[in-house]
Parts: sequence; structure tokens; C-alpha cells
Amino acid sequence: MFELDWGQLLWIFTAASVVNNFTLSYFLGLCPFLGVSGRIDTALRMGAATTFVQVVTSICVWLLNTYILPHAPYLRLIAFIVAIASTVQFVEMLIKKLSPALFTALGIYLPLITTNCQILALALFQTNREYNFIEGIFFALGAGGGFTLTLVLMAGLREENNLATIPEALKGAAMSFLIAGILSMAFMGFAGLFSSTS
Amino acid sequence: MASQQGNYEELVKGLWRENPIFIQLLGLCPSLAVTNSVINAIAMGAATTFVLVGSSLLVSALRNLIPKQVRITAFIVVIATFVTVADFTLQALAPLVHKELGAFIALIVVNCIILGRQEAFAGRNPIGASVADALGMSGGFTLALLMLGSIREILGSGSLLGIPLFGAGFEPWVIMILPPGGFITIGLLLAVFAFVKQRRLRMSQERGAAAVERRAA
Repeated sequence: MFELDWGQLLWIFTAASVVNNFTLSYFLGLCPFLGVSGRIDTALRMGAATTFVQVVTSICVWLLNTYILPHAPYLRLIAFIVAIASTVQFVEMLIKKLSPALFTALGIYLPLITTNCQILALALFQTNREYNFIEGIFFALGAGGGFTLTLVLMAGLREENNLATIPEALKGAAMSFLIAGILSMAFMGFAGLFSSTS
Repeated sequence: MASQQGNYEELVKGLWRENPIFIQLLGLCPSLAVTNSVINAIAMGAATTFVLVGSSLLVSALRNLIPKQVRITAFIVVIATFVTVADFTLQALAPLVHKELGAFIALIVVNCIILGRQEAFAGRNPIGASVADALGMSGGFTLALLMLGSIREILGSGSLLGIPLFGAGFEPWVIMILPPGGFITIGLLLAVFAFVKQRRLRMSQERGAAAVERRAA
């Protein structure tokens, strides 16, 4: 049904996870990035839940794009946001049923995934770039993996940062943004991955 | 009369005291992503203002008809409708700016300022107050975008609104228009605001302490 081009799939995955990292180079999903990056274990769980929602969304978006939206292109945004909101609701019910412990640990962050702009951005980028079913899934995995990576990195840095002495005015949000800026500079280095090979 | 004053209060609070970006830290994604030049900041501010005022108006008018259980979904559908209108309008009027902003116009749907105002204000207040609140909040949002956009464009490309400001000898700080520049600019701005606030607090405390001493003497 789909021919698999592993090179292309690997390219999509790497590009979405590190080179064009959603958080650090597109500024998407900053709210959870700053809100949930206090501790490494919550960061990991949040990353995993977001990745899962992204993969399911990617499948829904592919279905919508293939079967429904060609007939009504102006409904694109509304259809995507409704698909995302119902996916999140579904995941919430699923986790509650399968693992109540994880459900309590994630708490308020689960429903908030709906307003994580990464998810809608993933749907829009996937549509603009005309990815097929398999490419879409790899794109979603890359985006989710990249988000988890930055979230965990940030959580680790902030845990260390809590123990450091810094000027009073920089405490809190200001310091988090400066750390994110430096991380973003570091991630710019990944752009060399592709320019040197092509 | 009382409500007139109340509406004015709703309008002013969003501009600075409850500024959505600098004080509430909401809607950060679009505010950092599109502020690499002033013109993009203006377009984004205008589009967000349109969506926020439009959805506040509609949500507040429909507030008694929307059942509580499905209100978030209803809000989102209203917002998405206005964003679709804004998206198509901008595409027709200013195709170049639309291309530059890319997916970020569509992403206004998930700007937490907008859903936040519907949930916190427009869903339970009359139309006049809701529109005033929406105008104030989007004014504050646009103000913050303009500040970020000006700083980044002046330092990053040595120009303002595309007009060169410095002579040919100026070496642009390219990092400021790249993603890291966005994070660093807002981080430093927040630090400056925190510094001013803490200093003002300290000074008023010292003044209070001095007044107490004087009274004791």
C-alpha cells in the first residue's frame, strides 16, 4: 500500500526531533515546557503522553485529509481542533482505566495537552508538507521525541539551577527563559547535520 | 454610570497590570515566534485582537445558551471560526505577511490568552464588559509584541519597520532574530521588570520604616 523509503523516514524523524525542534526553534508548546519542567520524572511522563497524543492525532489528521477535508477545505481548523480535543479526552479515559496511578500523577496536565500548540502545529505542518500515513507517524514520533528530550533536559537544568545562587531579579521565569535561550543555541548546532551531508 | 467606570477598569487592567505576556506568562508561543520584526508583530497583534474581541462578543452574547458541560468545546469552535476568518482575510489583504507568519495565524486557536479570557471573563459577564476586557487584553498583548519585535529588529537587523537605523558600519546581531534571541530578549525583559518591582517594594518598605522611626522619636 505504501512504499517505505527508510532514508526519507529517518530524515523526517531527525528533522522533527532535533534539527527543527518544535520547542526550541519553532517556539511551540512553551506553556508545558515552562510549566511541567520542574522535575525530571513528571517531565518524562508528560513527554510520553504528548507523544502518544501526537501519534493518534497524526493518524486522525491523515484520515480527515484523505477522506473528508477535500470536500470542505474551510472546515480544516475546526475539524483538526475537534479531532485533537476528542483524542485527548480518549487518552484521558484510557489512562484512567488502565493505570489510575499514572492518571493521578499527570493530574491537570492531561487535559491541558489540548491547548499545547505543538499538536495543532503538527497537524498543520503535516497537511502543508503532504506527508503520507507512514511519514506522518514518523513525523509525530520525531516531534514527540524532540519535545520529551527538551522537557527532560530543561527539567534537569532547572533542578540543578534551584541549588545555585543567582540574582534575586533573575529568579523564576526570567532564568528559565535564559536557560531556554542557551539550550536553543546549542540545538542550532544540529542544523549542521544536513547541510554538511547534502 | 457605575458600569461605565467598570468597563474602563476592565479595559485598562489588561494593558499593563495584568499584561497577558509579561505578568500572566500566557500566549508565549506566538509572541516569541513572530517577533523577529515589527511588521510581523503588528500583523499578529491585529489578528489576535480581531479574534479575541470577536469571540468575546459572541461568547458573551451566547453565555446563557451554552450548557456548562460543553462550554470549552463551544468556545473552541467559536474561536476557530474567527481564526478561519482572520486567516483568509489576511491571506487576501497581505499575502506576503501571511506567508511570513505561516502556520502561526492558524495557531491563534490554541493561544491560551483567548480561551483563558472566554473561560475567565466573557463566559460570565455582559457584552460591554467582555468587549472592554478583550480590547484591554489584546492591547496589552500587542504592546508586548511590539516591545519584543522592536528590540529584536533593531538589534538583529539594525532597522525598524524595514528602515535602516544605523550606518553601514553596524554589524547586526543575527542571533537576535534567530530563535535563541527570542528566549533571551524576553528573559532579560522579565528580569528588568522584576528588578524594578523589587526595588520599588524595597524603597516603599524603607520609607515605611523611616516613618515609623520618626513617629517613635
